[in-house]
Amino acid sequence: MAGTASQSALPAPFQDYGLDEAYDEMVAPDGNARPHYEHLYQTLRELPASEFRRRQQISDLSFLHQGITFTVYGRKEGTERIFPNDLLPRIITSDEWSRIEKGLAQRITALNLFLKDLYHEGRILKDGVVPRELVYSCKHFRRQMRGLYVRKDAYVTVAGTDLIRTPSGEFVVLEDNLRVPSGVSYMLVSRQVMKRIFPDLFRQCGVQGIEHYSQALLATLRALAPQGCAEPTIVLLTPGVYNSAYFEHAFLARQMGIELVEGRDLVAHDNFMYMRTTEGLRRVDVIYRRIDDDFIDPLAFRQDSSLGAPGLFNAYRAGNVSLANALGTGVADDKAVYAYVPAIVKYYLDEDPVLNNVETFQMSDAAERHHVLDRLEKYVVKAVGESGGYGMLIGPQSTAEQRDEFRRRVEADPRNYIAQPTIMLSRAPCIIDGKVQPRHVDLRPYILFGEKTTIVPGGLTRVALKKGSLVVNSSQGGGSKDTWVLH
Amino acid sequence: MLSRVAESLYWMSRYLERAEHTARVIKVQLNLMLERETEDDDRHWRRMLKSLAIDLAEVQAGEAQALAKSLIYATDSRSSIVSCVMAARENARQVREQISSEMWEQLNRMFHAVTRADAEEASDVSDFLQAIKDGAHLFQGITDSNMTHGEGWQFIQAGRSIERASALSTLLGVHFREFYGKDAEPEPLEWIGLLRCCTAFEAYCKAYTADLRPNRIAEFLVLNPSFPHTIRFSADALETAMKQIGAEVSSRRSARVERIAGRMQATLAFGQIDEIMSSGLHAYLETVLRQCSQAHSALYQTYIAYPIEAALQAS
Repeated sequence: MAGTASQSALPAPFQDYGLDEAYDEMVAPDGNARPHYEHLYQTLRELPASEFRRRQQISDLSFLHQGITFTVYGRKEGTERIFPNDLLPRIITSDEWSRIEKGLAQRITALNLFLKDLYHEGRILKDGVVPRELVYSCKHFRRQMRGLYVRKDAYVTVAGTDLIRTPSGEFVVLEDNLRVPSGVSYMLVSRQVMKRIFPDLFRQCGVQGIEHYSQALLATLRALAPQGCAEPTIVLLTPGVYNSAYFEHAFLARQMGIELVEGRDLVAHDNFMYMRTTEGLRRVDVIYRRIDDDFIDPLAFRQDSSLGAPGLFNAYRAGNVSLANALGTGVADDKAVYAYVPAIVKYYLDEDPVLNNVETFQMSDAAERHHVLDRLEKYVVKAVGESGGYGMLIGPQSTAEQRDEFRRRVEADPRNYIAQPTIMLSRAPCIIDGKVQPRHVDLRPYILFGEKTTIVPGGLTRVALKKGSLVVNSSQGGGSKDTWVLH
Repeated sequence: MLSRVAESLYWMSRYLERAEHTARVIKVQLNLMLERETEDDDRHWRRMLKSLAIDLAEVQAGEAQALAKSLIYATDSRSSIVSCVMAARENARQVREQISSEMWEQLNRMFHAVTRADAEEASDVSDFLQAIKDGAHLFQGITDSNMTHGEGWQFIQAGRSIERASALSTLLGVHFREFYGKDAEPEPLEWIGLLRCCTAFEAYCKAYTADLRPNRIAEFLVLNPSFPHTIRFSADALETAMKQIGAEVSSRRSARVERIAGRMQATLAFGQIDEIMSSGLHAYLETVLRQCSQAHSALYQTYIAYPIEAALQAS
C-alpha cells in the first residue's frame, strides 16, 4: 500500500515527502491529508518558503534569548545548546488521546501499587508473577526503603512515559520514566512560542490547553505535605546550574512560585529539614527533587555526592519531609522489569492493559538471548538502567564491530540488557532546510499521580532530526515539536 | 529569601556595575587620548588602570596600554568587561526564577553579544563600550520597572551601591593625588575627564557652572546627595536598602549591618568639603573604602554566610 502511495506525487512544498513503511501522522496511505491535519496541510501549501524561514527565526531567537538550552555531557566547547524546536505541530485527535489517557492512568496506578507491594509485603514476588531475582538484582532497588511509609502511597508522583506509534497506527509504550523525568518545560515553552507563530492555525484547529500543568503539579505536591501541616513549604531541589535540565528546574520553580534550592541550601536538624534564608532557617515540608537517588543524601547513599543534603533521608524516614518522587522508584522503570508491566497491571487491577508494551526479550533468559544474539542486526539492544539514549545498539543501523562489541557486553552481563525488535516510529512533517520533510517522532506525556491522576493533553513530541534516524533523545541530535490534542 | 539567592543577586548587580564603570572610564580615556601629547601615553594609561584598582606592581613601562586593551575583551582577566558581563550573567542564571524573564533575557542578550567569537572585530571599540553602557542602563531600567521592589531588589541595590561607592573612592583618590595641590595646574580637560568618568560633567555645570575648581569637583562627587554617581548618593542608597532588608526579614541580627551602613551615610551627610580637603581627601576616601568593605562583610555575616548555630539560637 505504501508503495502505491509514494508514486502519487504530492504537491509543493511536499515534493520530498515520499511515504514509506512507517505510519505517517499527516498523510494517509492514499496520499491525502488525514482530516485532523487538513488545516495544517492547507497552511503549508499556501505559506511561501520565506515565511517559514522568518517564523523559524522568530522561534529560534525566542528560545536562545530565554536561555532554553540543555547541556551536552562530555564535550568541552559549546556545552550549552539551544533545544531545536520544529515549527510544525504534531496533531492528535481527541479519540486517540482519550485512549492514551486511560492507558496511562491505568499504568501509573498499577506501578504505584507495585512499588508499595515491593517495599512492603512483596505479594507479587511470593506469587511468582515477577521473579524475585529480577527485582533484587536491579541497581535502582533501594533496600533502605523497605517498610518505610510513603505519604499517600504515592511513590511515583511525576512520570513521563514514552509512547511510539507503530506502522499499524497503534500507540504502544516504549518505556516509563519514573525517577526524575524531564522535558515538561519544553512542552510548555514550545506551546507559548507556537501560539505566537501560528495564532490563526491554532484557533482553527481547536487545541486543548496545557497551561494548567504548573498548578496541577503544585496541587499534587501540596497534597503530599506531612500529616498536620496545613500550609506546607514546598521547594524544588536541583543539582544546580550545571545540570542539563537546569532551565527546566528554574522554569518550574518560577511557574509554581516555590523556592529553587540546591543541596547546600538545605540543613538537617533533629530530623527536620530547613533551608538557609536571609531570615535564618526555615522549615521545608515537601521537596520536589530533581536529583537522582544516588546523590540525594551522602549519609544514606553515595558518600561522594556533593549535590545532596546530608541528613535528608533520616528526616524522610521520620515522616517530617515528603519527597516527590519517592526514593527507589527506579526499580519499576528498569527495562527488564518493563516486560512485566502488563502482568503487573493484570495482577493489581485485574484489567487488561489499554496500552500495549513493545515485545521485549530478556537477555538473562538463555533461550531469548540466543535468539537475539543470532540476529542482532534486527534488534535494538538497551542497557536496563540507562536513559537518554546512552548505552544502546540499534541493530539495523549498526556496524559489524558495534554488534560484536555488544554481543560481548551482553554475554558478560546478561541481566543488564534487554532487546526489542526495531520498530519504525511514526513520522511527522517537519521543516528542514525550508522544505517539508518527514522525521520520526515519539510522544512523552507527563502524568501526575496523587489524590487524583492528572495528565495534561499532549506532551513532548520528540523528533529525530537526522534523516532516517530513530533516536529522538536531545543528547543524540533530537529536537522537539509542540503537540496539539484537538477538542 | 534563600541566602544563596541573595548572594547571587548581590553579585550580579556588582559585576554589572563594574562592567559599566570600566566601560565608561576606558571610553573617556580613549577620548582624552585624542587631544594629549603622545609621549605621555604610558603615564595616562597607568593612571587609568590605577583608578580602576588594577595592581600595577608587575607592569613594566610601556605595557600599560596593552593591559588596558585587555581590560575590555580578555576572558582570562577577571577584571575585564567581558568577564564581568559573564560573571553577572552566571549569577543571574543561578537565580533566574527569582528575577523577571525580561531581566534575564536582557542580560542573556548582552552576554551573547559580548561573547560572540568575533566581538572584537565586529564593532569598533567605542561602539562596543557604548553598547555595554546602554545594555547596563537597559537592564537597570527593566529591573526597576518589572521586578518586585522587595528583598531581592534591595540586594541588587545594595550590590550596586557598594560597588559604586568603592569604585568612585578609588577613582577620586587616584585623580586628586595626581592633580590636586601641585604647582602645575592640570589642564581643564583632565578635570572634565574625571567628571565624565562619573557621567557628572553636565550635572556639575548645572550646580556650579562650567567653572572647574577642584574643591567644588570634590564636593560634588563626594557629597552631592541628589546625583546618582556620587559617593553620598550611593551611601544613601545602601542605607535605604539595608533598612528595607532589615524590615523585611525581621531578624534581630540585622542591627549590625544597618548600623554600619547608617554610620557611613551619616559621615557623608554631615561632611564639610573644606574640612575634608584640609585634613586630606585621600585619608577620607580611604575611610569610605574601609566602610564599604565593612558593610560588605556585615551583610555576608548577617544574611548569607551565617553560622547555623547562630540561626538555631535565634529561631
